[in-house]
Amino acid sequence: MVAGLIAVAGLVPEAKAIELTGSLGVEARAFVDDAQFSEQHAENGSVVVQPELYHDWSDGDQSILFSPFFRWDQGDDERTHFDIRELRWLMVSGSVELRIGLQRVFWGVTETQHLVDILNQTDLVENVDGEDKLGQPMVRVDWVQDWGTVALFALPGFRERTFPGAEGRLRFPVVIDTDNARFESDAAEKHVDFAARWSRFIGAFDVGLSHFHGTSRDPRFLLGEPVAGQPRLVPYYDQIDQTSADIQMTAGGWLWKLEALHRSGQGRTFNAISGGFEYTLVGIFERAWDVGLLSEYHYDDRLEDAPTPLEDDIFVGARLALNDVQSTTLLVGAILDVQSDGTAFFAEASRRVGDRWTVSVEARAIAGTESNDPLHALRTDDFFQLELLRYF
Amino acid sequence: MKFQLSRMLLRTPLVSIALVSTTLMLATPNVFAVVEEGRSAQENGLAVAQEVDARDVGFQDFRANLTMTLKNRHGEESVREIRSRNYEMTEDGDKSLVIFDSPRDVKGTAFLTFSHKDGDDDQWLYLPALKRVKRIASSNKSGPFMGSEFAYEDISSQEVEEYTYKFLRTEEMDGLECHVIERYPQDKKSGYTRQVVWYDTQHYRPMKTEFYDRKEALLKTLLFEGYQQYAGKYWRADVMAMENHQTGKSTRLEWRDYEFQVGLEEDDFSKNSLARAR
Repeated sequence: MVAGLIAVAGLVPEAKAIELTGSLGVEARAFVDDAQFSEQHAENGSVVVQPELYHDWSDGDQSILFSPFFRWDQGDDERTHFDIRELRWLMVSGSVELRIGLQRVFWGVTETQHLVDILNQTDLVENVDGEDKLGQPMVRVDWVQDWGTVALFALPGFRERTFPGAEGRLRFPVVIDTDNARFESDAAEKHVDFAARWSRFIGAFDVGLSHFHGTSRDPRFLLGEPVAGQPRLVPYYDQIDQTSADIQMTAGGWLWKLEALHRSGQGRTFNAISGGFEYTLVGIFERAWDVGLLSEYHYDDRLEDAPTPLEDDIFVGARLALNDVQSTTLLVGAILDVQSDGTAFFAEASRRVGDRWTVSVEARAIAGTESNDPLHALRTDDFFQLELLRYF
Repeated sequence: MKFQLSRMLLRTPLVSIALVSTTLMLATPNVFAVVEEGRSAQENGLAVAQEVDARDVGFQDFRANLTMTLKNRHGEESVREIRSRNYEMTEDGDKSLVIFDSPRDVKGTAFLTFSHKDGDDDQWLYLPALKRVKRIASSNKSGPFMGSEFAYEDISSQEVEEYTYKFLRTEEMDGLECHVIERYPQDKKSGYTRQVVWYDTQHYRPMKTEFYDRKEALLKTLLFEGYQQYAGKYWRADVMAMENHQTGKSTRLEWRDYEFQVGLEEDDFSKNSLARAR
């Protein structure tokens, strides 16, 4: 078995050189409405670089991956930031995998919210969709067996969520003071968190059960010391326990998805679910095009007390894949609040240009929100975004 | 995207395994007749398909690299670099892991496929930018693989049971004597009504396939070039060239670095191994 894993991990028997790949990109955003606050800007430019260095040895049963990230942002000092997305050593031995260092780990199945995905902090200044994550220091051990994979995580060192600064769009009316975060634990950001996960697939089902014990990645907010006469909010990070399940059933063109969690330690104990489907129609309009129809429902039993905008919301959307040489895709959707007229619209499209470039456009808009909806703060921040990425 | 390209052809009755695996067999290929007069065209067609399958049994595992070149009707080319690892299953369909090295924006994207004799395959996609392993629907047999002229069903692990057959004739093609058979996909989701396949009568290797679409029009032609034998038994083509007659587009697969029986194990084809494939 060891020989097999070694063989699969290392394609070339002799030592390989260090491999450098990655991307360099520019992004432009244009906001439709006037800014709510005088410090904010109507347009924004940004440059991003994310190289990746990889090296493996011992026929591939050991490897190192280093992936730093840097963004320079024209308008918002908080969005100009550096992160190490990954700096990890991997060793494979038989049915055991060991990873030490800064890493990213994804849990979950749904598309519009990653409810159970908790190990990595959200890099919120990157985009409001919450898809971007900060590198998390951890020791991870995976044990792969016929009855499933058990993964154990020790997570020393907490990463605070990033928030837009005073000049940034897509922010709360009160600026978040990220320099003065508070913690329930006396160990503050040095608290060591733990997590465990069991996952396996059984026929049409892919199932994961997880537990997390440690510092919540989602902060609550307290009123902080005013800065230059302006009020500030400070993030407060509770100690929580979260148990979660994520399940997908795949049957023909249907994907059925469910994520559910139970969390205690952050105000009153609560439960939340995200679930839905994706159905793919193939060969649309007598072409090679695929159309995916998606719908998801999000529920948090704290309802209006929930800090998330997705407390009782329905998502409907469609994905179009042209299946062409340029891998052209388009995703459009709307998230509708069941209890109000609040709706968030988005569209994302991307296409390869030549062999080394991609171009993406994105648009986001919010309509009909009421003042108690967290999204209400973003009501004048509808925007279009164009991004060009060059891969090397 | 199931990827078994090399197991293009078929599976077999146990009876013939012992026969084909001897060198005597290779020296005198027509020790027993696959195609017999007096049998129906259906029986002879099935017999050819079973023989083709029998010739490829027992490879255990292999890996290979390939370059996929897409050409549009204006002659503009686009290139993909792909690595493939494969594991033979005896009771069920084979397992495979396919990793993309280029285009650069999809570098590190990988597919894990468990093919099945009955029903849809199990398939997972690894998205390196999100570190996400995603189970995907595999029922889209007729869709194009990575924008190429190969449909998923053209490159997936193929089982004898997936078609019915008709023997057409024996004729010479490019100096080789070939059996020509017609086969009819049994899956309603197939993009084809029928395929016509030329197999050489000495080694039962596919030399050419014609694909007819749902309107019975000739859609594509696939040519196999540069066969080499590996591990003393298994024939693989260096080049597979697919031409679409209706769009003028073509796709060329160039295979290299074939290695058989390198000691891959079934455990090497798991969601965990998918997530760390490089």
